[in-house]
Amino acid sequence: MLTAEKTQPGSVRTEPANRDGRTASRKSDGRPPWMEKPTRTGRLAKGLALVVVVSAVAYPLLGVIGTSFASQTDIIRSTGLVLWPDHPTLDAYRTIFTGGVVTRALIVSVGITVVGTLASLLVTIGMAYGLSRREVTGSRFILMTALFTMLFNAGIIPNFLLVKGLGLYDTYAALVLPTLVSAFNLVVLRSFFMSLPEELYDAAKVDGAGDLGILVRIVLPLSKAVLAVISLFYAVTYWNAFFNSLLYLDDSEKWPLPMVLRTYVLQGQSLNSASVGEALAPQQAVQMAVLVIAVVPILLVYPFLQRYFTKGVLTGAIKG
Amino acid sequence: MAESAPPLPKERTLWQRIKRDRVMLLLTLPGLLYFIVFHYVPLLGYVVAFQDYEPYLGYMHSVWVGFSNFTAAFGESAFWSATSNTLEIALIQLVFFFPIPVALALLLNSITSDRVRRFVQSVVYLPHFIGWVIIVSIFQQLLGGAGLLPDVLAGLGLPRYDMMSDPDAFPWLLTLQVAWKDAGWGTIIILAALLTIDRQQYEAAAIDGAGPWRRLWHVTLPGIAPVLILLLILNLGQILSVGFEQILLQRDAVGPDAGEVLDTYVYYHGIKDNDWGVAAAVGLVKAVIGTALVLGANKLAHRLGHEGVYRGADR
Repeated sequence: MLTAEKTQPGSVRTEPANRDGRTASRKSDGRPPWMEKPTRTGRLAKGLALVVVVSAVAYPLLGVIGTSFASQTDIIRSTGLVLWPDHPTLDAYRTIFTGGVVTRALIVSVGITVVGTLASLLVTIGMAYGLSRREVTGSRFILMTALFTMLFNAGIIPNFLLVKGLGLYDTYAALVLPTLVSAFNLVVLRSFFMSLPEELYDAAKVDGAGDLGILVRIVLPLSKAVLAVISLFYAVTYWNAFFNSLLYLDDSEKWPLPMVLRTYVLQGQSLNSASVGEALAPQQAVQMAVLVIAVVPILLVYPFLQRYFTKGVLTGAIKG
Repeated sequence: MAESAPPLPKERTLWQRIKRDRVMLLLTLPGLLYFIVFHYVPLLGYVVAFQDYEPYLGYMHSVWVGFSNFTAAFGESAFWSATSNTLEIALIQLVFFFPIPVALALLLNSITSDRVRRFVQSVVYLPHFIGWVIIVSIFQQLLGGAGLLPDVLAGLGLPRYDMMSDPDAFPWLLTLQVAWKDAGWGTIIILAALLTIDRQQYEAAAIDGAGPWRRLWHVTLPGIAPVLILLLILNLGQILSVGFEQILLQRDAVGPDAGEVLDTYVYYHGIKDNDWGVAAAVGLVKAVIGTALVLGANKLAHRLGHEGVYRGADR
């Protein structure tokens, strides 16, 4: 909040105008008075560029969703993806949910994402808060220990040997523990905690609150926006976790969604035969339905959290 | 913060200070343990690079072989092919992906309607949160054998072209995918840099008769140059780490000659073929050079970027 408003990319236009104290002279279309009126071709070119950019992102996503509802005739008639199926059907979804593979992978992915995000948040909050006061003994050393890990990466083989050595191989813990804390998120959260006014701490101390009380009753309620962004980052990491599953899971019964996606969509193994579901729907529709299930949770959460990360959390971190 | 803290009485011992800060220190403990166990302890695993490692013998009983794993790797053409692929992919991405977020940010910045700009921003940030497995699957639908592009080409009477399995197009395919995923996300830092440019410079330039393109060239680009240089340097530091998941997912479609990079080389040699020593040796070389590059890049950024970035922020 405090650092937030300043660096909001959304306020690119209004903010400098305020600084110059010329808000009043600004025209309603947001153009400063000295700027020439855009030419017709200029406006057209800009509009065209924006349409191209937005469609480049939207077309594939909408096409995947459309195709997942398409019938065999729609798919045969279409070129590539089906944007708007003429004969919409839920057969593809019936197929994947009658077989057990996708359902099980969905449950695994949701479980890992929820448990992992909560665990990551707890540990990151504790560490960021513990390191947010410079007078704490050893905090500088501990911070450096964490930050230094941004400079190197132990690599695939040593990590694999470690996970095996700890007895985590082929367990769900192997999908959570190796990525428990992100040094980047730690830095973002710590700088936010440090930006809170000192008086808040002093006042709470006078009222007899301990360090933990201050964290729970004062700091956390003020940090909702930054916590929302960090939760999104963690949740997306766990939801999309592919390589760790490939590396650390042996048993295909334990696979989360990305592994199932790779096997049945990318490598083209037939879900119909593999998952005992009846072959109700065309193969392409079934594959797109699996993709939809993997993308939709992100599409659902994104609009709610999106407004927070323009609030300077990121730009603040980049500067600091 | 620290400035306003009361000076510590000198007679306090370390133990007394730890006792005073025990709550704060306990809160940092799980995180500290995580970093030690999952980032520092595995470094010890690199002893494997100097052993003829056998999993059933462990580190303790495997035979020490000195540097022979390194010489074995360096004598192999596959290692050099992976190295040159890595550098080729990284350089193509650096040259051809890097300008895209800059152009997109300038476009976004020129939108006068707040509502339109917010909408476009929401759309272009989104793909950043979509995982590689999903993105590669989507591209398979667009460019793969039975996808949109071959269908369109066939419709025009041209031969069907499958970009996903063309080894020569591989670095370009990767760059295209990275652009789809992260061009929007990359605009965030550029937009923040654009914010720091003084409006009065634009006004002065306009009064002096500079049109939009000249203002872009003489005001905007110099204004964001420090951030661009900083980003470029930091990217150079990452040159040995091209998108691992992205490439692993598509390596088999184009074959190892075009699709092998250092990370996939380590993965296939170590985890797949149980050639632990050689894989660890290559991993160690990559890690050491990579860390040196990152450190060098940071140092250079501090030397060049520091002043520029801060001067902008202070304004």
